[in-house]
Amino acid sequence: MNKYQKPLPEITAVERPFWDATSRHELRLQKCLSCEHVWFPTYANCPQCLGAKYEWALMSGRGKVWSWVIFHRSYFRSYDLDVPYNVAYIELEEGPKIMSNIVGIPDQEIVIDMPVKVVFDDVSEGITLPRFTPA
Amino acid sequence: MGNLADLRDKTAIVGVGNTDFGAMYRNLDPERSSYDLGMESLKMAIDDAGLTKDDIDGILVSRIPDYTQFCDMLGLHHINYASILPGGGRFSGMALQYAVMLIHSGLANVVACVYGNNGRSVGATYGGEREQSGAFDTLYGFTSPGASWAMMWRRYCEEYGIQEPERLGAVAVSNRKHAAMNPYAVMKDPMSLEDYKKAKWIAEPLRLFDYCLINDGGVAFIVTSAERAKTLRKPPVYVSATVGGTSLTDHFIQGDGFQTEMESIAQRIYPAAGIDRADVDCLQIYDHFSPAVLFALEYFGYAPRGESLDFVQDGRITVGGELPINTSGGHLSESYMQGWAMHIEAVRQLRGERGEAQVPDCEIVQYICMAHIASSHILRRYRE
Repeated sequence: MNKYQKPLPEITAVERPFWDATSRHELRLQKCLSCEHVWFPTYANCPQCLGAKYEWALMSGRGKVWSWVIFHRSYFRSYDLDVPYNVAYIELEEGPKIMSNIVGIPDQEIVIDMPVKVVFDDVSEGITLPRFTPA
Repeated sequence: MGNLADLRDKTAIVGVGNTDFGAMYRNLDPERSSYDLGMESLKMAIDDAGLTKDDIDGILVSRIPDYTQFCDMLGLHHINYASILPGGGRFSGMALQYAVMLIHSGLANVVACVYGNNGRSVGATYGGEREQSGAFDTLYGFTSPGASWAMMWRRYCEEYGIQEPERLGAVAVSNRKHAAMNPYAVMKDPMSLEDYKKAKWIAEPLRLFDYCLINDGGVAFIVTSAERAKTLRKPPVYVSATVGGTSLTDHFIQGDGFQTEMESIAQRIYPAAGIDRADVDCLQIYDHFSPAVLFALEYFGYAPRGESLDFVQDGRITVGGELPINTSGGHLSESYMQGWAMHIEAVRQLRGERGEAQVPDCEIVQYICMAHIASSHILRRYRE
């Protein structure tokens, strides 16, 4: 496989289980053991109750398209050849919103509130990116 | 404890200055320094106020990297207060807020707020770094506040069943008309809605002319007490009220489109100023991207929810219309000075200095900036 040129995550200790999970093709987010709040982005404490004890809970992988854009210009050299490309803001069933791309459908067919489900893209050695496709 | 109404009309903006944005745009200069741009603007503001530089005892700089160096350039070595704000757009409104607080508290008496930006000449961009994006955004090729606004705009259009969303171009078209009447503006050639629609998409559904115009420039304003202001060269422009709010999530995109934050400000600012919204003659709305103007109109109750796009059609927001907005051309056509030029435009309108771009009987101007830290001011013309 050609070396992946696009931006890769700089993985922090708090975040590591997220990426371990995606490499197993699981979408897991932090869930507070005190108040059951689920949050994203990853933080060491629950933003709702500041509790420090959480589990990495398995998400359903289902969500809806909150909105999306189509980039007609490239801000990253590594995306030059992808333009135009979509990026979508996905509202997961469990509440948090997560940025990703929609795959498996022409950009112009994406609609607001479209049901989607996660798919996993093994982009490089040890890194799998969650993306979403129509459910 | 403090009360927002305690600040009412206690401070005034007494001097304003700026560099020629159009000239900056036409002449890129990699050796241009933000310090020099700030200095040029401040000198203009000092003269505008009828002050001398030694009258200044407080300095707030933004986007000028080092306040120590700047004050050394000014020969102001022992002033009462100096500080620095980051170079983001939310900080122009905050600079005025800090100046008001410094004067009201007695920590300083004459505060110069100075902005100097040489970003365009040295190749600074917006978008492409982690700082501009939320967690993981860059992994998916997402960046730039413009793209975030494009998402919020698309969502809004869907939620309100907006017809012909390309009518958003009315904002850019109105700004361009105002820029044509502004000797400092960058883009003065007339723009029609057709011109707007033909321009390229950037982050669809936003087009080229929905985006602010990156440029070099300097802007300065000087604030002092109402009493001191009466002794100076020009009619004072009073700060009747200023209010802040926040919308603090790690994505630029706000799930509520900044509604919660802005409505909180809207509820507090008119009572703090002792006015009704209907008393406002002119708006300066931070237009990094066109939809910001529409959202602000709705959140502050100038247009009903879902109807701001209709509101901005047919010249209503152009000088001569019912509620002029961004009368110097805004960020879309005057220059992207991160809110600073809007502050001085408000002052010039309230002094009656704007010639053919003058809003008639302009007594009250409201400034609105919608960002993760939001601010709004009510500025009032001097009256006997």
